[in-house]
Amino acid sequence: MGTTIFDIGEEGRSALRLPALDVPEKNLTELIPAEFIRKEDAKLPQVSQIEVVRHYTKLSRMNYGVDNGIYPLGSCTMKYNPRINEDTARLPGFASAHPLQGEELSQGALRLMYELGEYLCAIGGMDAITLQPAAGAHGELTGMLLIKKHFERTKGLHKRTKILLPDSAHGTNPASAAICGFEVVHIPSDSRGLVDLEALQAHLDDSVTGIMLTNPNTLGLFETDILEITRLVHDVGGLVYYDGANLNAIVGRARPGDMGVDIVHYNLHKTFSTPHGGGGPGAGPVAVVKKLEPYLPVPRIVKDGKKYSFDYERPHSIGKIHSFYGNFGVLVRAYTYIRMLGDAGLKAVSTNAVLNANYLRARLSKVYKAPYDRICMHEFVLTTKGMSEELRTLDVAKRLIDYGVHPSSIYFPLIVPEVMMIEPTETVSKEELDQFADALIKVAQEMKENPQILKEAPHVVPVYGASVRRLDDVRAAKEPILRG
Amino acid sequence: MFEFIPNTPEDQRKMLAEIGLKDVQELFDDIPKEILNKFKPTSLEPLSEFEAKQLLSTLAQDNANTDDYVSFLGGGIYDHYVPSSIPHLISRGEFLTCYTPYQAELSQGTLTWMFEFQTMICELTGMEVANSSMYDGGSALAEAMLMAKNITERKKFLVARSINPHYWDCLKTYAWGAGLELIDVPFTEDGRLDRAFVQKEVASLAGLIVQSPNFFGVIEDLTGLKDAIKEAFLMVSANPISLGILAPPGVFGADIVVGEGQPLGNFQNFGGPLLGLFATRMSYVRRMPGRMAGRTVDMDGKTGYVMALQTREQHIRREKATSNICTNQALMALVATIYLAMLGPHGLRRLAEINLQKAHYLAERISPLPGFTLRFSGPFFNEFVVQSRKKPARILKALREDGFLGGIDLAPYGVLDGNNLLIAVTEKRTRDEMDRFVKVLKRT
Repeated sequence: MGTTIFDIGEEGRSALRLPALDVPEKNLTELIPAEFIRKEDAKLPQVSQIEVVRHYTKLSRMNYGVDNGIYPLGSCTMKYNPRINEDTARLPGFASAHPLQGEELSQGALRLMYELGEYLCAIGGMDAITLQPAAGAHGELTGMLLIKKHFERTKGLHKRTKILLPDSAHGTNPASAAICGFEVVHIPSDSRGLVDLEALQAHLDDSVTGIMLTNPNTLGLFETDILEITRLVHDVGGLVYYDGANLNAIVGRARPGDMGVDIVHYNLHKTFSTPHGGGGPGAGPVAVVKKLEPYLPVPRIVKDGKKYSFDYERPHSIGKIHSFYGNFGVLVRAYTYIRMLGDAGLKAVSTNAVLNANYLRARLSKVYKAPYDRICMHEFVLTTKGMSEELRTLDVAKRLIDYGVHPSSIYFPLIVPEVMMIEPTETVSKEELDQFADALIKVAQEMKENPQILKEAPHVVPVYGASVRRLDDVRAAKEPILRG
Repeated sequence: MFEFIPNTPEDQRKMLAEIGLKDVQELFDDIPKEILNKFKPTSLEPLSEFEAKQLLSTLAQDNANTDDYVSFLGGGIYDHYVPSSIPHLISRGEFLTCYTPYQAELSQGTLTWMFEFQTMICELTGMEVANSSMYDGGSALAEAMLMAKNITERKKFLVARSINPHYWDCLKTYAWGAGLELIDVPFTEDGRLDRAFVQKEVASLAGLIVQSPNFFGVIEDLTGLKDAIKEAFLMVSANPISLGILAPPGVFGADIVVGEGQPLGNFQNFGGPLLGLFATRMSYVRRMPGRMAGRTVDMDGKTGYVMALQTREQHIRREKATSNICTNQALMALVATIYLAMLGPHGLRRLAEINLQKAHYLAERISPLPGFTLRFSGPFFNEFVVQSRKKPARILKALREDGFLGGIDLAPYGVLDGNNLLIAVTEKRTRDEMDRFVKVLKRT
């Protein structure tokens, strides 16, 4: 364990033969001044091709992905990633197209982006969209910049400094707002787990730029007062930003645009099945209502008759937020997925995502405490608080590894102590849900009967997917070793 | 039913019974009727896998690509060869379908390659610590700027006008959002940063942003720049392939080195997904953005890896985090890791040499042609600017008819006067292709 590619191989080995130099070779110093030339080669591994393939195959076996089993990270929507999406994204016309080859040679790519934008606007009930943001947080930043531009244009920026955030928000929300210099004001949740309307009203005045809202929220609950919330925020001249991380719960049956929101971001790597890749790439398109369209990043993709083109002539645009047009390869995958599902498929997604979550909730809330024990949306939270003096949710999660399933998100949202946040998605079968529930119920029993076995979990390693026992985070923080 | 959703009507019935409901519709009772009633579908019919593949193939065929054309396009995205092992390895579901390694014990594969990647990027850039990826070259540069602002607590930045204008556009957006001041540094006749200009603007400076090789392909002289700007941050954007032969920015005292990692084994993907590289000094590690893997031990004392220094990150620090980044470009960083492992130290150096030699071969054949001159006298790597008498659009059209993607017309960028073409040459271009390219230029 712990072996890196630097630990294998021998001096002089290589895994790739380069094409021969078929032009006369000049002395390097004729082409580049000697002082600019590297003195020592970068210390890279020296391995043959089979060693590379075996090393990374070995590393892959030390991972657990959606392909291995249930992966119920809350608010991450770890659903199945259809392989056709990988094939379409790798078609040479997409994978080997250069971003600056010109509009007339890029009509297929432009059409795909234009149509995907239309589909996403239709799904969200919004008017216009940018596909540039490379991830959800990048979309949030784009949204904050749009809000800033709106108030700059309407001469309100000097007094409007605050952004309101429910205390159940993802950490990226406040971090994105802070980059734009907005002051973050946290709005508490009430006993229902929803935005506390009284607290919200107390903060609403003309110093507010708007509110960032995740709906359903991170407790897995639909903000039933959403229409009231958007009305109240609009009444003081604020804008409503809708974090679409949890769109999987409502896709195909309800639209943020019909809730009165002004800006919404979509996570294509969540709702629209593009693979998470160990942490990325994602894509975080941002859609807006008509009045904010002039501020969207350039270039916009426009259609004139049958011809598609880039529009850079947008004087009020916030500018560019990606080197080119966003994570195009991710857009191809999401396009493929949406076309395969169609309306009926999209509706089946939310139906089964919410059904699966509620089935798990129904089974597990008999054993763990569900702080908000009612019908949930696509995810729900449980807590281990009060179940044991000495054990924490972390121990429960690590013990689940011994049962061959991936733990849920833990310690988020911050407003529930010792929390587990569980999102099974629609692509898990009932048998797998039962296996996961059985494992968690068994662990609850072990909490009483054999706490030590939880404290020392995982035990089963090395097995496929799990290769080490519990790791020492504190040591990694105290004496960081960040390179070999 | 739908092939991606296992539940049958019978499954649904059993599950509803356990929940205590009769109909799936009841699951959505929390959504106000007013909202549900307004819903409109997209009018898209479901497609079979075969139909979807046909449709996407049709769209893809409507694009030129560098398999069908001989490409001299660069400007940050290059037509390098992608070894076959790479798409095969990264397609393994255990790499492709996992997420951020929140549960380290189930993610040692990801954490190990992150650690390898960080090590390799440090080696390339001559820096002490690297994160495991940013979105792209442009946003990496913007994040460097924000980090420099946070550390120096200053707001004035000098930005070389010779950096990639696409990155410059990103910087401008981020700077406006964060309330920073950007001052353009002009370039001299050799295509390099005007150092005298920099000297005049050192007072209360937060940082200087340069790119080498710069947008024109010219290698900047980084010598003494850090001394000139003193405690202000020197931020360098570098092409990682060029670092096979060029002295790393760390040698010149750079505080942050960033770059576009697409050339490291990633497809061009019409400009995304890309790979932002980010490296700095160890003394700044707690202020840097992005995820990192760190080495530690498990309960049995065995070596393993975890996400390190997470207290910098948004999921813990929220509005006080060093950055808002969460999802990054991990899979592209895995590609770069495998690519650099395959090349090794000698392979990377040789690859850089081949790019350099071929680019110079082509430049030397174009410069004597009537109506064409090399725009800049400074040394260049694998890309150069040609000034032409005729409009680049006409030249590019003629080249296209002969199967070439001939280069980038610089007119829309407004950074150079006259007619200018940016031409890039990678190891994939053969002498025969370059000779034919020159013939077409002669004809125009």
